[in-house]
Amino acid sequence: MNKLFVAALLTGALAVPAYAADYTIMAPASPGGGWDQTARTMQEALQAEGISGNVQVTNVPGAGGTIGLAQFVNQSTGNPDALIVGGYVMVGAVLTNMSPVTLADVTPIARLIGEADVIVVPAASELKTMDDLVAKLKADPGSVSWAGGSAGGVDHIAAGLIAKAVGVDPTQINYIAYSGGGEALAAVLGGQVTVGISGVGEFASQIEAGDLRALAVTGDTAVGDIPNLKDAGVDVAVTNWRMVAAAPGITDEQKAAVTADIEKMAMSQTWKTALETKGWTDMYMAGADFDAQLAKDIEATSAILKDVGLVQ
Amino acid sequence: MDTFGLLYEGLLSALQWQNLIYAFIGVTLGTAVGVLPGIGPALTVALLLPVTYKLDAAGSLIMFAGIYYGGMYGGSTTSILLNTPGESASIVTALEGNKMARKGRGGPALATAAIGSFIAGLIATLALAFIAPWVVKIALMFGPADYFALMVLAFVTVSAAFGDSPLRGITALFIGLGLGLIGIDLQSGQARLAFGIPDLLDGIEVTTLAVALFAIGETLMIASTSANVKDEVMAIKGSVWMTLEDWKRSWAPWLRGTAIGFPIGAMPAGGAEIGTFFSYAAERQLTKHPEEFGEGAIEGVAGPEAANNASAAGTLVPLLTLGLPTSATAAIMLAGFQQFGLQPGPLLFTNNASLVWALIASLLVANFMLVVLNLPLVGLWVRLLNIPKPWLYGGILVFATLGTLGANGAMSGHLGPISFSFELMMLLAFGVLGYLLRLFGYPIAPVVIGLILGPMAEQQLRRALAISQGDFTALVHSPIAIGLYVIAAAAVLVPLWLRMRGKGDVLSQMAADED
Repeated sequence: MNKLFVAALLTGALAVPAYAADYTIMAPASPGGGWDQTARTMQEALQAEGISGNVQVTNVPGAGGTIGLAQFVNQSTGNPDALIVGGYVMVGAVLTNMSPVTLADVTPIARLIGEADVIVVPAASELKTMDDLVAKLKADPGSVSWAGGSAGGVDHIAAGLIAKAVGVDPTQINYIAYSGGGEALAAVLGGQVTVGISGVGEFASQIEAGDLRALAVTGDTAVGDIPNLKDAGVDVAVTNWRMVAAAPGITDEQKAAVTADIEKMAMSQTWKTALETKGWTDMYMAGADFDAQLAKDIEATSAILKDVGLVQ
Repeated sequence: MDTFGLLYEGLLSALQWQNLIYAFIGVTLGTAVGVLPGIGPALTVALLLPVTYKLDAAGSLIMFAGIYYGGMYGGSTTSILLNTPGESASIVTALEGNKMARKGRGGPALATAAIGSFIAGLIATLALAFIAPWVVKIALMFGPADYFALMVLAFVTVSAAFGDSPLRGITALFIGLGLGLIGIDLQSGQARLAFGIPDLLDGIEVTTLAVALFAIGETLMIASTSANVKDEVMAIKGSVWMTLEDWKRSWAPWLRGTAIGFPIGAMPAGGAEIGTFFSYAAERQLTKHPEEFGEGAIEGVAGPEAANNASAAGTLVPLLTLGLPTSATAAIMLAGFQQFGLQPGPLLFTNNASLVWALIASLLVANFMLVVLNLPLVGLWVRLLNIPKPWLYGGILVFATLGTLGANGAMSGHLGPISFSFELMMLLAFGVLGYLLRLFGYPIAPVVIGLILGPMAEQQLRRALAISQGDFTALVHSPIAIGLYVIAAAAVLVPLWLRMRGKGDVLSQMAADED
């Protein structure tokens, strides 16, 4: 494989001068997205708190993180310094893309942060409450167009769960996928769609300014005066969380060391301040609790993706 | 305080000497990183953003503005000199710009790009300051049906503008449209034409295709034919500077490019490259030198470069007024703002007026500094072309390859064979495709345009139909869509009508050139 040899040479030439790397965090997404920001915030906190002398972030975008995940497993097996950021979206992407590499192939360390979705309508909409939306959805599921992120992502899953909970066939929902929250926000503000469903942060400033009306948040608790779905009469709770995992094939001692470092970071003031600035909710959970929660989330996601017809 | 007063205060703050130094550092860093092939403004800003964290809010924003505009400028330099566009918005620049460079007119090409960027940046930044709230209202009126009409208009004008043979142009366009189908379908989440290869799930990277078709294809072409052909690359012919004639031919395209680029950049789903296509099509229609198009027409550099920069400022309209990041670069900027607790959105102008105006003022300063810094460098840059041809093309090949790898996650230096070698194979395969297209006289640009416009048009059409629950008449419900279709129809019919009336000397000349 001459090509591989040349490729290896080129890589060497391009390589950023190798520091005595403590941690290398892979963000399996483009610069600017949620996973990238999570990785870069971790980088700052780990360095500022003196937990790790030098942290590098690499971006490997593609296919809901599954490209990065596959590359991570391939290259980092047994490397205790390699970390990857992931999240709920990756759970769905692994299923819809029939990815050969799954979260079972890495060593999950901790859930770090989370963000609930919020369901919004334009200020001028006739829909005033969640009940209005449910009534419209029951009368004619197709007449409610939902703008949110990519098909099979957390926004789509939340819309499907809501439909299912109120007795509407989830395959009938009229879900319009937009790439990135920005475009979905524009579609809701412009009155192109009935409702928007995306992370609270995406819509927060518009809700505050009164251009959008929030009907409910999808998390376990109310946010300000916005009720959660359960209080609004729909028995659904779903939160978009982000996690960090280590490479497969590391020893128990190595896993314990990484977990200790991440816990130190998650408890630090730098990290807490950063979360506040960015409006992320601390959802730190590690160890056996997290393993159990992850298994539960994967199972629930798999079920709803079958219900909305994205996974056979 | 009124807008002028606020802008004046912002300028005063941006013109403090330490802020000027920050702007200078930002512009230099941005240009230096942006010049690296395959590294577009988004990656430049992402890489350099942490540098700005150490400064205070005003200083950081100013350095940031410098990096942003510097990165944009650096990208067009490589497009013109090496035919390796680092991002989709400078693909059109490469078309005419590289032809100019190889005829010894690299200096004027770089100069018209720099000055055009400056003028477009200046006008668009002022427009951002004064009319942003109104522009954003209009931009929000665009629904999926209107965007689809805009894409139809782009297809019509662009396919008319490329190549002399409609059949060959359309064939090339359809190759691009076909390539555009590869990957996960956004609306259904299902993979199409990926053949189980994970690397294809996100579709074909536009820059990979463009660099392969332009740079690799051409290198192969040169390598296969140049045994006895005399060297056609001339470093400098005539002045390095723009002649009076160049100025005369550039000023109108600069202004038109700005007028086209700014509103399209402000649209949430517009995209900077669309503005450059429209600008190129417009210049090709309006030029007095149609024979030079495809051979290095200065209008074809001046217009699209202005459109590109105006659209970059346009992107800030929804970002600052709505908190809506409409491009990868804007998303990274959003992260930068949040660093200082700034939440872009409807309340930003009231809550953080002084910082917003400092940012707008810094954009003006950075823009000015960029032209001051880069014009003297033009003479230096074009010397790159003095390199003997085998070395030059060898270098282009290496840089194109490195750039493709760099843009696809190779920056870590920890690369295994997987996605890395696949991207490389795609680059080489498309390079061969580019060679074959050249060999048989098919235009290259429509392939890239098909890849960019096809998926956008498809998504908008399907969104429009999904929202209307399958009612096709929804496509022509809005006055905006109807207006755009009328323009598209005119773009097809008017040249035909002119030709029939015998008034189109230029057009009949063009028709006679068709094979």
